[in-house]
Amino acid sequence: MSSDLLLVPTGQPEERLPTVGSGTTNFGWWGMVLFIAVEATLFALLLASYFYLRFRSGPTWPPDGIENPKLKLVLVMSAILWSSSIPVHLAHGAIKRGEQAKLRVYLALGFLLGAVFLALQCGVEYPDILRHEFTPRTDAYGSMFFTITGLHGAHVAVGLLMSAWVQLRARQGAFDRYRHVSVQNFVMYWHFVDVVWVFVLATLYLSPQLG
Amino acid sequence: MYPETVGLEPAGDGKLDPVSTGRVGSGRWPAAPVVFVAVGVALAAGGCTGDSSVVSPKGPAAHSVAGLWWPMLVVATAVFTLVAGMLLLAAARGRRKTEDQAKGGAPWGEPFIVIAGVVVSGAILVGFFLFSLGRMRALAESGRNTKLTVSVIGHDWWWEVRYPNGAVSANEIHIPAGVKVRLALATDDVIHSFWVPRLGPKTDMIPGQENTLWLEASEPGIYRGQCAEFCGLQHANMIIRVVADAPADFDRWMAAQAHPAAPSDDAGRGVFETQTCAGCHRIRGTAAQGTAGPDLTHFGGRATLGAGVLPLSPENLRRWIVDPQAIKPGAPMPPTTLAADQLNALVAYLEGLR
Amino acid sequence: MTTLAPDIEHLEEAWHETPGLGSFLTTVDHKRIGKRYLYTGLIFLVIGGVESLVMRIQLTHSNLHVLDPETYNQLFSMHGVTMMFLFATPVLSGFGNYLVPLMIGARDMAFPRLNAFGYWVFLGAGLFFYSSFLVHRLPDAGWFNYTPLSDSVYSAGPNVDFYALGLIFVGISTTAGSINFIVTILKMRAPGMSLDRMPIFVWGELAMALTVVFALPALTLANVLLELERRAGFHFFAPASGGQPLLWQHLFWIFGHPEVYLVVLPALGIASAIIPTFCRRPMIGYTYIVLAEMAIALIGFGVWVHHMFATGLPAIGLGFISLTSFLVVIPSGVQIFAWLATMWAGKPVLRTPMLFVAGFIILFVIGGLSGPMLAAVPLDQQVTDSYFVVAHFHYVLVGGAMFPIFAGIYYWAPKMTGRLLHEGWGKVSFWLMFVGFNLLFFPMHILGLRGQPRRTYTYQAGHGWDFLNLLETVGAFVLAVGILVTFVNWVWSAKKGQPAGHDPWRGDTLEWATTSPPAEYNFEAIPTVRSREPMWDQPELGPHGQPPEAGGRTLGGGHNTLGTSLLEAEPEVVAPMPHESPWPLLLTLALTGVFTGLLVRAWVFWAVAAVAAVVSVAGWFWPRGETQET
Repeated sequence: MSSDLLLVPTGQPEERLPTVGSGTTNFGWWGMVLFIAVEATLFALLLASYFYLRFRSGPTWPPDGIENPKLKLVLVMSAILWSSSIPVHLAHGAIKRGEQAKLRVYLALGFLLGAVFLALQCGVEYPDILRHEFTPRTDAYGSMFFTITGLHGAHVAVGLLMSAWVQLRARQGAFDRYRHVSVQNFVMYWHFVDVVWVFVLATLYLSPQLG
Repeated sequence: MYPETVGLEPAGDGKLDPVSTGRVGSGRWPAAPVVFVAVGVALAAGGCTGDSSVVSPKGPAAHSVAGLWWPMLVVATAVFTLVAGMLLLAAARGRRKTEDQAKGGAPWGEPFIVIAGVVVSGAILVGFFLFSLGRMRALAESGRNTKLTVSVIGHDWWWEVRYPNGAVSANEIHIPAGVKVRLALATDDVIHSFWVPRLGPKTDMIPGQENTLWLEASEPGIYRGQCAEFCGLQHANMIIRVVADAPADFDRWMAAQAHPAAPSDDAGRGVFETQTCAGCHRIRGTAAQGTAGPDLTHFGGRATLGAGVLPLSPENLRRWIVDPQAIKPGAPMPPTTLAADQLNALVAYLEGLR
Repeated sequence: MTTLAPDIEHLEEAWHETPGLGSFLTTVDHKRIGKRYLYTGLIFLVIGGVESLVMRIQLTHSNLHVLDPETYNQLFSMHGVTMMFLFATPVLSGFGNYLVPLMIGARDMAFPRLNAFGYWVFLGAGLFFYSSFLVHRLPDAGWFNYTPLSDSVYSAGPNVDFYALGLIFVGISTTAGSINFIVTILKMRAPGMSLDRMPIFVWGELAMALTVVFALPALTLANVLLELERRAGFHFFAPASGGQPLLWQHLFWIFGHPEVYLVVLPALGIASAIIPTFCRRPMIGYTYIVLAEMAIALIGFGVWVHHMFATGLPAIGLGFISLTSFLVVIPSGVQIFAWLATMWAGKPVLRTPMLFVAGFIILFVIGGLSGPMLAAVPLDQQVTDSYFVVAHFHYVLVGGAMFPIFAGIYYWAPKMTGRLLHEGWGKVSFWLMFVGFNLLFFPMHILGLRGQPRRTYTYQAGHGWDFLNLLETVGAFVLAVGILVTFVNWVWSAKKGQPAGHDPWRGDTLEWATTSPPAEYNFEAIPTVRSREPMWDQPELGPHGQPPEAGGRTLGGGHNTLGTSLLEAEPEVVAPMPHESPWPLLLTLALTGVFTGLLVRAWVFWAVAAVAAVVSVAGWFWPRGETQET
C-alpha cells in the first residue's frame, strides 16, 4: 500500500480501512458479475430455444431452401471482435500499474475494433442476407438468426457506450492504481460479450454445417 | 441469557394487553381445530362423486387413476393429522413450561428432522413415484392395443369428429362400449384439451402436432367432458358428450353417419341452402358445403346444440338460430333474421336430420 | 458510551434526509423504500382481491350473467398477474428491503440509488399494466398467456401487448432488486456474522434473489419473442412458419416454476424469524433449514415440465420430471419438521404473529400434500386444469406466503411505526382469514375431482357444483373482511397503538437493537456479532450502540457503511453511500416513455425517451461529491 490510498479510522483502536476497493472488495464489481449472470442466462435460453425449434422441425436445416450460413465474412468479423479483447485486457493491466496514457490508447483501440465488428455486421452482412437470402419474417430460422445476432449486436453497442464513458472518465483523471473499478467492470463485460460470440458462432454458423 | 418474564409483555408504557400469556380466548380454542377437521370431513363426505367425477370411474383408464388417488389421499390425511396434532400438542404443552425449560437442550431435534423430513418422507415420496410410474407405463401399454381410431379436432369452441369410414360429425362422440378407442387429437386454431373425467386423463390438442389419447367405456352410457385448456371467450361452453353404445349398435350408428342426409323436399332445406347457413355448415347430400362450422348432416340425432350449451329442442334451436350471441357470446356464429315460417321450417328440417 | 457522542452527532447530520417533496422523490433510504414497496404491494393485494371477489360473485351459481366472458377473462388474467408480480414479490422485497440491512448490522443496501430505482420502476410498471383498464383492454389470455391464443391472430388488440411489455418492464425492477439483495447480503454483514450466523430470513431473501437472477430471463425472453412475433412479424410460436407453440410454455414455466418458490422462500424465512422468538428458544436445525432453502431453489429449476404433463411429451421426460417434482417436497418437509421440533422443545406463545405462523404451517402442509398428487403423472393428467390445481396452488401461495406476510406485519410493524398493533383485533383478523380461506379453497379440491375445469367464466347446472361454489363465494368475502381488519388495525395502531419500545417481543436478531422506528443511520456503531442470536447472547447490544471495547465501529460518523468479506464477514472497506438523487426517478420516467412508445407505436416519442434514458444513466454515474464513481 502507498500513501495515495486513503485510509480512514473505523472506530476500532488501531484500525484503518480503505474507502475504495477493487475486485471482490468493491460492491460495484459484484453488481457487474451478477448483471453478466443475468445476461448469460438470457443468451443460454435463447440458444436453447434455437436448438428446440431446430430439432422439432423437419430433417433439413436451414429449412425452406435457405442455404447454410456463409462463413468467410463472419470468420473475419469474429477475428476482429475477439482480437479486441487483447487491448481491452491490456488496458486493465495498464491502469493496475497506474499507466494513464497506455490505458487510454488501449481503450481506444478496443473501441475501434468493436465498432468495426458492428459496422461489418450491420453494414455488410445483414444487407447481404436480407437482400439475397432471408429476412426475420421468412420463417423461424430467419427470426432466430436475426434475433440472436441482433441481441448480441445490441450488447456490443452497449459495450461501446460503456467504453466511451470509461474513456471520458479516464481523460478526467478519475482512475489510478487503486481506483479503477469502472475499468474492471467494463473489461469483464467486454470479455463476456466476446465469449457469447463464441457460442453464437458455433450455434448459428457452424452447427448447421455439421447436420 | 433469556429474559425472565413469562410471555411477552411489551417493553413500552401504556396499558398491558389482558391476553398476555399466550392463551387464546378463554381456553375454548382447542375446539377450533376439531370443528375445522369436522367441517372438512363433512364437506368431503358430501362426496366427490358425480357425473363428471374423476372418482366415479367408468372406464379402465379412469379406474387406474382412481386407484392411484385413494392411497395418496389416505396417506396425505394421515400425514396432515400427525403434523397438525404435533403443532397443537406443542402449543398446549408450552402453556405449562417456563422459559428456562424452553431454552433447554433438545438432542433429539436434529435426528427427528432427518428421520421425519428426509428418511420417512423420502421413502413415502419415492414409493408413490414408483407406484405412479408403474400406472403411467401400464396406461401407455394399454393404449397400444386400440381397435378403432377416431379423429377429434378442436375448434373455437366446438369439436369436429371424424370416423374411419368417412363419417363426419360434431360435438357428440360415439364409441363402442368395452372397446379401446384411440383418439387422434388435433386443433385448427389454439390449444384445446380433451377431458372426459369418468373415462380417463386428459390430453392437449396442440397446433402443429398430433397427440393421442385412448379411451374405453366399460359399459354403455353417456359420459360428459369439457375442454380443459383455456382457449378464449367460450372455453367454458365447449362441452364434450361421449356416447358409448353396445358394439353392434355402434357399428350400425357409424355406418348410418357415413350416409349423406336422406333426400328431402322440406322447405327448411331450401332455407338452409339459400340463407347464410350454407356458408359455414355442411349437410352432405345437399348444396350446403360450408366447412367453417360443424357438420350438420345428422344433427337431429344429437342431444345438445352449441357444443353442449343447450339441450336440443325446437325451442332452443329456434333461440340459437335467431341469436346465438345471447346464449354463447363470442361464438363465431352470427344472428340470423328469418321470417317466422322460414324459421319454423328450418327448425323442423334440422330436427329431422337423424 | 461517551466516546460515541461526537460521532453520533456527525451521523445524524450525515444521514439526515430533509422532509418534504424533494426527499420524497429522491430518497435512497432503504427503510423508506421498503415501506413504499410494502404499502404499494398491499394496495395491489386489494386490487387483485377485488378482482377475485367479482369473479366469485359470477361463479356463485351456475349460468349466472353478472359478467360477460371477456370481462371475466380479463379479471382472472389480471388477478394472476397482480398477485404474483405486483403483490407477492414486491411485498416480500419490501420486507427484505426494510429488514435485511437491519438484520445484518448495515446502514443501507449496497446500491441505495438502484434500490430507489427498483421501487419507481415497480410503481411505473404497475400503473402501465392498469392503464389498460382505462381503455378496457386488460390482458385477457391468462397470467400464463399461452400461444397461439396470445398471438396477434387470436388476441388482436393491445391487451397482450400490455401484458408482455408490462412484464419486461417490471422485470427490470425485480432484477435490480435481486442484484442489490445479493451484494448486500454477501458483502455488508456486520463483522463476525459469518454465513452460518446469518438469520434464516436473510438466507430466504438470498435464495429468492439468486432464483430471480437465473429464472427471470426466461420470462423476459419469452415476452420479447412474443412481441417480435405479434408486432414485427417474426416467427417463434406459430407452427405454420416453423415455430412451436410449446416453446412459449417451456420458457414461461422455466421461469414460472422457480417463480413460485421465489415467492415462498422469503415467506418461509419470515416463519423462521418468528418461531424462535415466540417459542423462546433458538431454532432447532438451523443448518438443515438453510440447506433446505437452497435445495428448494435449486431443485425448483428442474421441475417445470410438470405444468405440461398433458401436452403429449415423451414418457421418459415425464418420468424424470415426476421424480424431481416428488423430491422437491423433501426440503419443504425438512423445514416443517424443524419448526415443529422447535415448537415442541420450546414454549409457543400464541400472540398474533405466531397464530399466523401456525395457520401458515397448517395451510402450507395441506398444499404440500396435494403437490405430490400432482407430481404423479396420471393423476395430474386427470386433475390438471381443474379446480384441484387452483386449490393446490392457493394453499401453498396464500397459505405459504400471504399468511407469513401477515405474521410479518404484526411482528415488524411495531419496529416500523414504534407502536404495537392491537392484539385482540389481530386475533379476530387471523380467525376470519383462516376460516374464510379454508371455506374458499378447500371445496375446490372436491370440485376439481368432480370435474369442474378452471378458467371458466361460468358452469352448467346439474353436476353437483353449485352448492360448493356458493360456499366458496361466502368464504372469499369472509377472507376479505379478515384482511381488511388487519389493514384498519395497522392504520389505527400507527397512531394509537401501545408504544413498542425497541424490542417488544424480546427478539434474537439485530433489528431489535435499534430504536422503533430506527434512526436514519440504523446503528450508532456497526456491531461485532458473536452468535446466531446476538440479541439473546450479547447483552451490550441495544439502541445505545455497541461500545468499541465490545467491537462497535462508528466508522467516523460519516455517510458510510462497512464492507466485509464473503464468508467470515471480516472488515474490508469503509464504503461511502450516496445521498438523495433524482436520477432513479428520472430514469424510470424515461423508461416508462420507452415502453409506452413501444406499446402505442409512437416511434419519435420512443426515440426521445430512449435518449432520455441514456442521458439519465449518464447523469446517475456522473461523479459528484464524496462518492466519486471510479
